[in-house]
Amino acid sequence: MKRPSLVWKLYIAAFYLFLFAPLLVVAIFAFNASPFPSPPWRGFTLEWFTGSGAVFGKPGVLADPIWLSSIGNSFRVAIPVALLAVLLGTVNAWVLERAEFRGKTLLAMMMLWPLVIPGVVLGISILAFFSRVANGLEDFFQTDLDLLRPGLPLVILGQLSFILTIATLIIAARLRKFDRSLEEAAFDLGASRARVLRTITMPFLSPALIGAGLVSLLMSFENFNTTLMLVGSEPPLPITMYGQMREGATPAINAVSLLLMLGVGGIASIFALTSKAER
Amino acid sequence: MMTKQASRLTLFLLLAPAILWLGLLIVLPHVEILVLSFSERVAPRVYAFGFGNYLEFFTEPLYWRTFARTAFMSILVTALTLVLAFPIALYIARVARGRVKAMLLLLCLLPFWVSELVRTLGWMMLLRETGVISYALRAVGLADKPVELLYNDGAVILGLVYGGLLFMIVPLANALESLEPAVVEAGFDLGGSRWTVLRRIVIPHAMPGIVAGSIIVFMLTVGNFATPVLLGGKNGLWFTEQIYAQFITRFNWPQGAAFGMLLLLLSSAIVWLGLRLTGQSLGSTLKQA
Repeated sequence: MKRPSLVWKLYIAAFYLFLFAPLLVVAIFAFNASPFPSPPWRGFTLEWFTGSGAVFGKPGVLADPIWLSSIGNSFRVAIPVALLAVLLGTVNAWVLERAEFRGKTLLAMMMLWPLVIPGVVLGISILAFFSRVANGLEDFFQTDLDLLRPGLPLVILGQLSFILTIATLIIAARLRKFDRSLEEAAFDLGASRARVLRTITMPFLSPALIGAGLVSLLMSFENFNTTLMLVGSEPPLPITMYGQMREGATPAINAVSLLLMLGVGGIASIFALTSKAER
Repeated sequence: MMTKQASRLTLFLLLAPAILWLGLLIVLPHVEILVLSFSERVAPRVYAFGFGNYLEFFTEPLYWRTFARTAFMSILVTALTLVLAFPIALYIARVARGRVKAMLLLLCLLPFWVSELVRTLGWMMLLRETGVISYALRAVGLADKPVELLYNDGAVILGLVYGGLLFMIVPLANALESLEPAVVEAGFDLGGSRWTVLRRIVIPHAMPGIVAGSIIVFMLTVGNFATPVLLGGKNGLWFTEQIYAQFITRFNWPQGAAFGMLLLLLSSAIVWLGLRLTGQSLGSTLKQA
């Protein structure tokens, strides 16, 4: 197997072309001066990014309240999800790696469970359960709790249900590599628990915390299946994109996608850099 | 140092987030849809225990046919993904060296950092009647009128295979990485052909990766929503869409809950079977990925 055959090499080349063809097409047609995201090429324009709608009748991404509010909604979900995932994930990782108690194996297995539940099922189960809770509270207190009805808070809970698993795994993997004698040495030298945590444990963990936060942010930003079931009147970006794709969208959707690619690329490179620093 | 009670309290506080998370967001919601799936409407706003929703599934051909179709197509997609990904993983793990190897792997990862919807949008733009491929075919004279490549099973399979590739390549490459070159050479020295060495040495060695990749790809495919709906159009019948329709469009939650339980059963059964057949654990499988 030392010298690969020509057929094999050609296959590899064709494969990478296949891998990037859809992304290239999306990126290129974001700049096409045409009201439809399809060939022929009618010249270069930035109208689909910054246009006010004077040229094609539909505004570009950065001037369209629909796109802007969806992007805003995505951030309003992704930031709390990432913060909660890092915070709770750290505690979970601590429990998995440091604590000893009965039923720990069971708990560790349960934590992996959300990864094998289809996103749609996760969405409907959370929707059904919180509706029941909301109905119960409504009967009891005679007030409606909007918080538990479809909407951004429920989307946050829904996404958190499986993103927390991923954040926990990332942080726990780092914690496992930690040399505990460093902490013991600090205690022997008279440091308090808080001080040890602040000066030794946390600096060691921080690349994993940043990494877990970024991965959570990305996963929240692009989640579709679970979000679709829990969304109310304020759709995050993937839901708006889905709606536009069904109706037959303008090249503004290509512009949104390109911005998304650049944003994701940026975050992914930060993640790659922090995880390199880990080694 | 600490009294027993204090350490118990600490442990409890540390456990609280995990218990709240798993209890309120995973266990109780699933209990709720299980209960919901067994409730039947007997009068307006009155529900009773019964198997009606499951009975409905088996008596209404559209429902169980969509279910069977989803399962069958997912198996097909998994098999195709495996066949397409194997030469790539083999190349990355065994042939490419140093910088090229890192580059090839990174290039595989990149498209998967981008949202599934963006990738699907790309395929829609390539395949549809007014799309790039149709346009190119006409430009070079291979077609005299626009060709519709979207909204058929082929497009759905293509989109799903594309979406699963990474999750197959990475576990495969990881498994192939640990194969001793000496073993492969010995196979050739003993007179084995390329094919024999592949079949008797390489593939058996890659088995854990094959199983891990297949489980993940199957799971992602069976639970996919956007790709079959967008690339298949009206012909893209997928079971997750039935669940969505029952919950959101028709507001028939008990029926949707029964569908949800059936989908969960299907995906868990396949994962369990896959792990059982190869004697692996869920944890090690996820680690491979």
